[in-house]
Amino acid sequence: MKRTKTLMATTALTALAGTAIADGHMASDMTLVSWGGAYQASQQKAYVEPYIAMNEGVTAVWDESSAEAVAKLRAMNEAGSVTWDVVDVVAADAIRLCDEGLALEIDVDEMLAAAPDGTSASDDFGDLLVSDCFIPQIVYSTTFGYRTDLVGDTPPTSVCAVFDTENYPGKRALERRPINNMEWALLCDGVAKEDVYDVLATDAGQQQALDKLATIKDDVVWWSAGADTPQLLADGEVIMGSTYNGRLFAAIEEQGQPIGMLWDAQVFDLDGWIIPTGLSPERQKRALDFVKFATDTQRLADQAKYISYGPARASSAPLVGKHATLGIDMAPHMPTDPENAKNTFLYNYEFWADYRDDIDAKFQAWLAQ
Amino acid sequence: MSDAAQSGPMLAADGTPLKRSLARALRRQKLRALALIAPLLLFVLITFIIPIASMLFRSVENQIVENTLPMTVQELRGWDATSGDLPSEAVYEAMYFDMFLAAEAKRHTRLGSRLNYETTGMSSLFRQSGRRLDDIGKETQRPLERLNGDWKDGETWHAVLSAGDSAAATDLVAVQRARIAYLTDTDAAGAVNFAPSAELAALLPRTMREYTAWAVFTATQDNRDPAVRDPWESVATALALDLQTADLSGYEGAGAELLREAQAAALPVPAMTQAFADMDEDWATAEPWATIQTHSGAYTSGYFLNAVDAQKTPDGVAWQPEEKQILLTLFWRTLVMSLAITISCMLLGYPIAWLLANLPARKANLLLILVLLPFWTSLLVRTSAWKVMLQTQGVVNDTLVWWHSTFVGQLIDPVITFILNIFIGLMNAVLWVWNLLSGIWGAVDLELFTYAALGFERLALINNVTGTIIAMTHILLPFMILPMYSVMQTIPPSYLRAAKSLGATNTVAFWRVYFPQSVPGIGAGSILVFILAIGYYITPEIVGGTKGVFISNRIAFHISSSLNWGLAAALGTILLVAVLILYWAYDKIVGIDNVKLG
Repeated sequence: MKRTKTLMATTALTALAGTAIADGHMASDMTLVSWGGAYQASQQKAYVEPYIAMNEGVTAVWDESSAEAVAKLRAMNEAGSVTWDVVDVVAADAIRLCDEGLALEIDVDEMLAAAPDGTSASDDFGDLLVSDCFIPQIVYSTTFGYRTDLVGDTPPTSVCAVFDTENYPGKRALERRPINNMEWALLCDGVAKEDVYDVLATDAGQQQALDKLATIKDDVVWWSAGADTPQLLADGEVIMGSTYNGRLFAAIEEQGQPIGMLWDAQVFDLDGWIIPTGLSPERQKRALDFVKFATDTQRLADQAKYISYGPARASSAPLVGKHATLGIDMAPHMPTDPENAKNTFLYNYEFWADYRDDIDAKFQAWLAQ
Repeated sequence: MSDAAQSGPMLAADGTPLKRSLARALRRQKLRALALIAPLLLFVLITFIIPIASMLFRSVENQIVENTLPMTVQELRGWDATSGDLPSEAVYEAMYFDMFLAAEAKRHTRLGSRLNYETTGMSSLFRQSGRRLDDIGKETQRPLERLNGDWKDGETWHAVLSAGDSAAATDLVAVQRARIAYLTDTDAAGAVNFAPSAELAALLPRTMREYTAWAVFTATQDNRDPAVRDPWESVATALALDLQTADLSGYEGAGAELLREAQAAALPVPAMTQAFADMDEDWATAEPWATIQTHSGAYTSGYFLNAVDAQKTPDGVAWQPEEKQILLTLFWRTLVMSLAITISCMLLGYPIAWLLANLPARKANLLLILVLLPFWTSLLVRTSAWKVMLQTQGVVNDTLVWWHSTFVGQLIDPVITFILNIFIGLMNAVLWVWNLLSGIWGAVDLELFTYAALGFERLALINNVTGTIIAMTHILLPFMILPMYSVMQTIPPSYLRAAKSLGATNTVAFWRVYFPQSVPGIGAGSILVFILAIGYYITPEIVGGTKGVFISNRIAFHISSSLNWGLAAALGTILLVAVLILYWAYDKIVGIDNVKLG
C-alpha cells in the first residue's frame, strides 16, 4: 500500500518534471494574508484554486491578519523572520509599508502581466498604482446603506441625508475614525468637492467638520468592524450606516434584507497585494509568480463573480459576468458602474498619510467629550 | 551537668558550631529549591520579562533620528530654533548628503513617519524630497561629465580616489560600514574593493566620504564591484563642493590633472538652501528643522510627554492644544470605571460566594457550575451576547416594552421608576462629586442612564458607560466569586453559632464575626478584578461606544494603526506603574498579608 503510494508519487513527480524546471527555484509553500470572510473566499476561488491547479505541488495557507498587517509585518521584520509571502492590504497601508521599507518595490511592467490586447500593465492599472510597492486588485467603496422600510416615502438620494435628522430621524452608523466622516461632513457643510482636502488641512477646517458631525453626534452608533453596519441595519438599530459596498451587497442580495444602497458620494478606495521584503529568493520568486497570475486581466474579472468589488484593471471591466451562485449580473453592483458612480469621492492617500495621527487625536478627543 | 559548665557555642556532632552547621544545611536546601524552580524562572525571564522590558524600552528610545541623519543633527546643534532664522547652508548641505544615503537605503520615509508623530506633514515631506533629491546632484554631474568624458566612467573615479600604494584611510570605510549597517538592517560585512586615499581624504573630505559610502553600499548591498560601477550623483556634488576650497597645488597623486582641470572649470555648485526650498517650500521654514532638532536625542522624554497630553517644543515642554487632549481623560476614566466594575462585582459576588460556601454540597456544586459555565465560554461570545441583550431593539428592551404593555406593568412601573430613579440619582450624585474632585483633568462624563422614561422610550444600555460596566461586571464576576468562596469555605460555621448563642443578633453576628473573616477574600478578588479591568480591551471596544472605552483601546490603536509604538509603550509603562502604585497603596492600607486566594 505504502509502496504503491510512493510509486504513484514518483510518477506524479516525473510527470511534473516539465513544470518543475519551468518553475526554476521557487518555494512550494505560500502563506497568503487576507481579510477572511467572503472576500478571502473570493480570492481563494478566483486566484488560488486555478493557480494551484496549474502548479501542482504548490500549497497555499491563509492567514486572516490583513487588519493588523502593518504592525505584524513590522514586528516580523524586527524579529528577522518574515513568514508571509503575499499580503492583501488597503492602499493606505501599502503606502505605509513602502515608507517603512517593509514592502518590495514592484516594477509593474516587468513583474505583472500585460493586458490581452497588449496594453502594458502600468497603463492598464493607470492611476490606481498609488505606491511603488502596491499591486492593485480591487476598487471598493465606502458608502451608505439605508433601511428601505424605515426611511418613509422619500428614500434618501444624497449623502447629506445622514446629517438630516429632521427628515430621517433615527440612528446612523458611522465608522469610529475620522477618515471619510470628515470629508462627508465638509461636503454636506457646503464645501466644494475639490476643496475638501485643502479645507481639512487647516485647523479651522477640521473644526468645521467636527462641528458638522456634532449636529448628529447623539444619533450616531460608531462602528469599528465592517460587519457591524449590516448587522445594525438588519436589527433595525440604525436606519442608515456606512460600510463597504460588498458587505451591503451581501446583506441585500444574499440575505434579502430590506436595505437600499445610497451610492452618493461613495468614497473609492483600493485593495491589493504587497510582497514583504526580506523573503528568501525562492519564496520571493514564488510570490511574484503568484501575483503575476492573480492580477492578470481574466483573474481580476473572475473575482467579481464572487463579490461585488470592481476589478482594478481597465481591461477586466468588460469581462465581468454573473454572480457564481445567485446568477445575477454583477456589473450593476460594482461601485465603478456608471449608474452608481455618478457622484464619487476619491480618497486622498497622501493627505491621510500626513494628517492621520493629528486628526485622529482630535477626532477621538471630540468623541470623548 | 557538663553542659552547664561548657562556655563555648553549642557544637554539632562533627564538632562544627551548631549555628554554622544549621546555616549550611539551610543554604543547601535553598539552593536545591532554587535549582528546582530554575527552569520556570528562566522561562518567565525569557518569554515574559525580557520582551516586556524591551517593549517598555521603546518608550524612551529614539536613535532613529541621530542614526539616519548623523551630520544634520551635528550641524543643527549650533542653531537656535527659537531665533526665527533658518539654519545655515551647512545644515542644508549635511541634510542633502544624509538624506541621499538614507533614500538609497529607503529609510528616509521611516524617519518621516517617526517625525510625523510630532509634526504633521513630515511624512510626505520626506517621501517627496527623497524622490526629488537626485535632481540636485544631476546639476553638477552633467557639467562635470561634459567637461571630461572620463568622469562618466566609474573606473576613473575608482582610480582617482583609491589609495593605491600610498597611505589608506581605512577608518573611513569602517564609519560608512556602520552607517549602512544601521540603515539597511544588515551587518554590511564583506570585502569592499576600495581603499580611500588618505592624502585625498584630507584634501577632498566630502568626496571621499560620499564615495566611500557609495562603495560600501554597492559592495555590501548590491554585491557589485565598486571599481567598475558609476557612483551616485551625490559624489559629483561632493566633489564640486570640495573643489571650491581644496588646495590641490601640492597634489601629485592619481588623477591630479583631472582634478585640477575640474577645479579650474569652476563647476556649478548647488545652493542647497535654495535647492531644498525648490523641492518643497516647507524646507524654507523653520518648522521641520525645529522638529528634527527637538527630537534628535538618542533617548527622549517625548513619548512620555505625549502620553500625558503634553509635547516637546523648541521652547520646552508645553501642553498639547486643548482639542487634542485625550489621554489623561482616558487614564482617569479607566481608573474610575475599573473601580466601578470592581465595586459592582463585589456587591454581586459576595452573596453568591456566601451561598456557595453555605449551601449543602449538592446545591452548591450546581451553583458553582453556573458560575463557571460562563467563565469557560469565549470572551468574544459573551461580549457579543451582551450586545444582543442590551441593544435598543434587543432582548432587555423588548422585554421592558412588553412588560410595560401589560396591565400589571402599567400599574407597577411608576413605582419601579420612582425607586430606580432615587437609586440612580444617588449614584449620579456620587459620580458628580467624584467628577468635581477630578476636575483638574476635566470631568469624566459618567452619565448613567435615567429611568424616567421607562416603558415609553427604549433605554440606551449599550455603546456607552453603562454597557461597558454591565458586560465587564459579568465577565469578571468569577474572578471575584472564586477567591471569596475559597476564603469563606474556611470560616467555620460554629463561629456564627457561637456569636448568636452569646446573644448577638443576625446583623451583629455577620458584621462583627463573619465579615471580618471574609475580608481577605474580598481583597484578593478586588485586586484581581481591578487589575484585569484596568487593562481590558476587547469588551470596551465592542460595547463601549465612545464614552465607555479605556486607555487600552488607545494603546491598541497606536500599536496596530498609527504604528507609534513609542507612545504605546509609554502609555503601557504608565499603566503598569499606576497598577504598582495602587498595589503598594493597598499593601499599606489593608496589608497584602490579608489577601488570601484560599
